[in-house]
Amino acid sequence: MFNLFILNSSLFLIGLWGIFISRKNFIVILMSIELMLLAINLNFISFSFAMDDLFGALFALFVLTVAAAESAIGLAILILYYRLRGVISVDYISTIKG
Amino acid sequence: MLFNSFLFLFSLIIIIGAIFVISTKNPIHSILFLILVFCGGSGILLLIGADFLAMVFLVVYVGAIAVLFLFVVMLLNIKIIELNTQIIQYLPLSLILFLIVLLEFIYMFNINIYLNLTLNFYDYYEWGKIFYTITLLESFGEVLYLYFFQFFLITSLLLLVAMIGPIVLTLNKSKYVLRQNIYEQNLRSWKKSINLVKNV
Repeated sequence: MFNLFILNSSLFLIGLWGIFISRKNFIVILMSIELMLLAINLNFISFSFAMDDLFGALFALFVLTVAAAESAIGLAILILYYRLRGVISVDYISTIKG
Repeated sequence: MLFNSFLFLFSLIIIIGAIFVISTKNPIHSILFLILVFCGGSGILLLIGADFLAMVFLVVYVGAIAVLFLFVVMLLNIKIIELNTQIIQYLPLSLILFLIVLLEFIYMFNINIYLNLTLNFYDYYEWGKIFYTITLLESFGEVLYLYFFQFFLITSLLLLVAMIGPIVLTLNKSKYVLRQNIYEQNLRSWKKSINLVKNV
């Protein structure tokens, strides 16, 4: 039987892999975080529908809200960093602290 | 049969799209593949039967998040910067971390993933039977507004932070940006601002 859990965890792993690979690009890291949150959402919803428990599907809405807020704040930080440094590489991002 | 074939199709779309998201060089292509992944996820939710959630995912992910990413990419004009990604440099460390997480997942598979999504759990609430509602949206409304309203309020606070935070972060306070001071603008009167200049 084709299992949904394998799909969701492989999507999560691909997102994690994207974070590990793309150290140079801030936007790809944010997109990988979005992929991971999507995988978590799909996992919550599929398990909630498999177990007839509504709270998992309800919690996916909250995760969705967190994803939207995270992308908004992350892109704002990206714009700020680009305005300060002129690049979007993550290697020297510790210079904006403090 | 049809369910499984559609599930396989959407999963293929999701996996291939996700691989392309993290591997393409141009961020715009990456965002377009991200939209493809979101559409595949929405299709899987439709197949499961979560119609409301599928529509909400389509609206929020594609309509808000992907458009936000596209807007930022076009705002920053990154194609000029010419990203030189050196995958080889980070490959060993990323491979090690990836293998650690993969082993965790495999461990989890071996321990308790023998529930193959058709197993019956009797100690869970069946909210759909407790409330005499039919659709997912109705039961969502009942549960969200009656039982979990604290989470709903906390979510509203989170969205407030997400609204104020980018405004505070990206507000440019330099002197060279022209900005209208509304207080001074309302205090102006025509007697002070209009004066006669003698024509030379």
